[in-house]
Amino acid sequence: MQIEHFEIMQFLSAHPPFNELPKSAVQQLASEVEVGYYRAGSEILHYGESISDLYVVRAGSVEVYRRNGELYNRISEGGLFGQRGLLTNRKVRFPVMALEDTLVYCIPVSLFEAFCDEHEAFADFFEADDSGGLIQAVSDQADNNDLTTAKVKTLLLRELVSVELTRSIRDAAKLMTEEQVSALLIYDPSKPVSDDPEDDDGQIVGILSDKDLRIKVVAEGLDTHQPVATIMTRELTIVDSNAYVFEAMMMMLRDNLHHLPVVHKRRPIGVIALSDILRYESQSSLLFVKGIMEQQSVEDLAHYAQSLASVFVRLVNEDANSHMVGTAMSVIGRAIKQRLLELAEDELGAPPVPYCFIALGSMARDEQLIVTDQDNALILDDTFESGKHDSYFSALAKFVCDGLAQCGYKLCDGGIMATNPQWRLRASEWQTQFEDWIDNPKPEALLHSSIFFDLDGVYGHSQLASRLSELVAKKAKIAPRFLAAMANNALRRTPPLGFFKDFVLEQDGEHKHSLNIKRRGTAPLSDLVRVHALAIGSRKHNSFERLEDIKEAQLLPSGKVEDLEAALEYIATIRIRHQARKIEQGKQPDNNILPKRLSEFEQRNLKEAFAVLDKAQSYLKIRYQNKAILK
Amino acid sequence: MAIQGDILSWPNRFAHLARQSNDERLRAFYNAGVQLPETPVSEARFVALDFETTGLNHETDDIVSVGLVPFDARRAYCRDAKHWILKPATPLHEESVVVHQITHSQVREAPDLGTILEELLASLAGRVIVVHYRHIERPFFNQALMQRLGEGIEFPLIDTMALEHRIETNRLTWWQQIKRQPIPSIRLADSRKRYGLPYYIAHHALSDALATAELLQAQLQHHYTLQTEIKTLWM
Repeated sequence: MQIEHFEIMQFLSAHPPFNELPKSAVQQLASEVEVGYYRAGSEILHYGESISDLYVVRAGSVEVYRRNGELYNRISEGGLFGQRGLLTNRKVRFPVMALEDTLVYCIPVSLFEAFCDEHEAFADFFEADDSGGLIQAVSDQADNNDLTTAKVKTLLLRELVSVELTRSIRDAAKLMTEEQVSALLIYDPSKPVSDDPEDDDGQIVGILSDKDLRIKVVAEGLDTHQPVATIMTRELTIVDSNAYVFEAMMMMLRDNLHHLPVVHKRRPIGVIALSDILRYESQSSLLFVKGIMEQQSVEDLAHYAQSLASVFVRLVNEDANSHMVGTAMSVIGRAIKQRLLELAEDELGAPPVPYCFIALGSMARDEQLIVTDQDNALILDDTFESGKHDSYFSALAKFVCDGLAQCGYKLCDGGIMATNPQWRLRASEWQTQFEDWIDNPKPEALLHSSIFFDLDGVYGHSQLASRLSELVAKKAKIAPRFLAAMANNALRRTPPLGFFKDFVLEQDGEHKHSLNIKRRGTAPLSDLVRVHALAIGSRKHNSFERLEDIKEAQLLPSGKVEDLEAALEYIATIRIRHQARKIEQGKQPDNNILPKRLSEFEQRNLKEAFAVLDKAQSYLKIRYQNKAILK
Repeated sequence: MAIQGDILSWPNRFAHLARQSNDERLRAFYNAGVQLPETPVSEARFVALDFETTGLNHETDDIVSVGLVPFDARRAYCRDAKHWILKPATPLHEESVVVHQITHSQVREAPDLGTILEELLASLAGRVIVVHYRHIERPFFNQALMQRLGEGIEFPLIDTMALEHRIETNRLTWWQQIKRQPIPSIRLADSRKRYGLPYYIAHHALSDALATAELLQAQLQHHYTLQTEIKTLWM
């Protein structure tokens, strides 16, 4: 006897993908479901537990989280969850919480699989769903091989190897050979150990690598009886054991490090090598950066850069969050610039005076995506003499900017490029320029130059760039008129919400019915965050990192920073996914999203995110403009 | 049925009834036993039961449809749900047809309760029976068996309507109780609404049984703990 659960049948047949199924199939589903009720705030699926059902939300709504606790999605009536776990290794990959009191229908995996086999439309739905990576994820064994969820400590396969700083270089080399490590940590037993356990670095004072032995010892013919202290690298970049592998990778790429000491509560517990990460990740962003460095000509590089889009799509499909995607794309952009500069120096010869090539705007903020202008400039050493040296730097700039254009980075409409003599200045001239911007702020002038307030050295003498950042951080926070002018600029682009909190869309032209999510969303948000960051003298560039500083400084009323973080992440995620989807469809990625194409829930969230921006802009207006008038 | 009070131990009563009963099917039902009164909610096995009847008087009316859904505190199991349309011993009134929409022709082809009794009792055996509004299922079931077997049936049951009454009354302040402020509606659909449960068609025995199961799950999560003993819920 098959009994008819009318209520369940009726509900399922009104929602995709069940609405595509024949009536008998829906009836079978309805008669085999289990029904569960979850109170608001209770956990429905716990990370890592085994899962044997596909869940359909019958009433209420749930929130799906990434493993790191970030909100991934909200699912309301008629929505599904659990499919990821079912399609991969039958373990929950995304924990789920009930946002409201929620009733779910649970479809057993046996039936789910049978239906995927029997009904093509049903199977297609799950394949197309969630950025298409589902089925593929099975073969990727994504779970423990995922840079975005694995932590650095999982890479540590052995005990820490270290020596005292007074031991000889030879002893250190012997120990490295015996232990088969390519790097040693060096400690100083006479160094006082801090009472504060949070501040204990375990007496570690340096690191020694194979490369140091090669360059500083063998090539120089150095006496190996000397203590290791003479050749160790003293400036350590350290990673916390709880950081994601992804973050460690970015640190190594940015600073060109091959070894990274790992600390747990500031106590060293090991060292990871670039090869550890390479073993982890086979063909993605990291290898891509390595490949960039191997290209021998601008043509090769331009050809190679064509697969940038697929690296981007892959990252998005691996559920990297917007910070990770932004950082990866910036690191890649930086690598391309670095390689172009190396090639330029090969062609033009060594530079006549020291210089630093700087990235501006989104790349400097580590927020670069796939559709982007090149914004860059040159800081020249003060010994620069334009009559003697400018031909070199103008040629260098042309080489790099043309090369970037060939690699897909559009020339900047505003002319903010190193090829523009206006943005090829001596360090002291830059300093004067920045001081002038801060001391005599004219909103009009700042509108075009605010991009300079996110600057980061990419190649050459990076101190030239960091000195400028330092100047800005120190001066800006005590310049209320400057902050007011920056705030004024940050208010020029408003979120696309109308009076009735509906989306305001383009009414005509090529992008009719769309909204530009960069111009109306991510850009005004990062503008706003920049103003607050300048106000507290933060030296961070990335908007999320700036928000952390802003939170620490307690600049905003409680809860506001979290709102801004969530809004930024949400808007950026929608933008990233939009671009990835366009690329997958073989179209030109852009920033124009059609809200109609978003699910009702995505629309609601996006409106909420825009509302956060709207409120934050009102606050910005009051805070900085009033202060400026009072002073 | 004065004997069914709080003072009575259901396990003893079931053992007694198993010895007394003359019907094999009823003996099997009683022999399956009853869950211990101290069983925590988390371990209890429930079955939601709903009858549609020809009218409201158990002495003159009879059962036309039975729906049941086994469940526990976590899940309701639709694959083990059951639904029957029955031929009542008393004729269908037009008014009741309007309510439950079971027609004369459906009933004409339907079996008598006696022929499905074994399966029905097997589905109920060993589980705590849950209904919404206790004055239908127990008296009608008892009366129907009296008519057919010459002996009735007894069992403990949880009434989600009574629980909801208790919950809503407790919500009132002392002053509101003195003033005899009315509590909100505790009808099935209205109660469900308060827990965010969706609207289901009423007066279909299977839908109502599922609706009742879901309601108890919601009540347990909101007002009780998983350690609550079932004796505090049943009557």
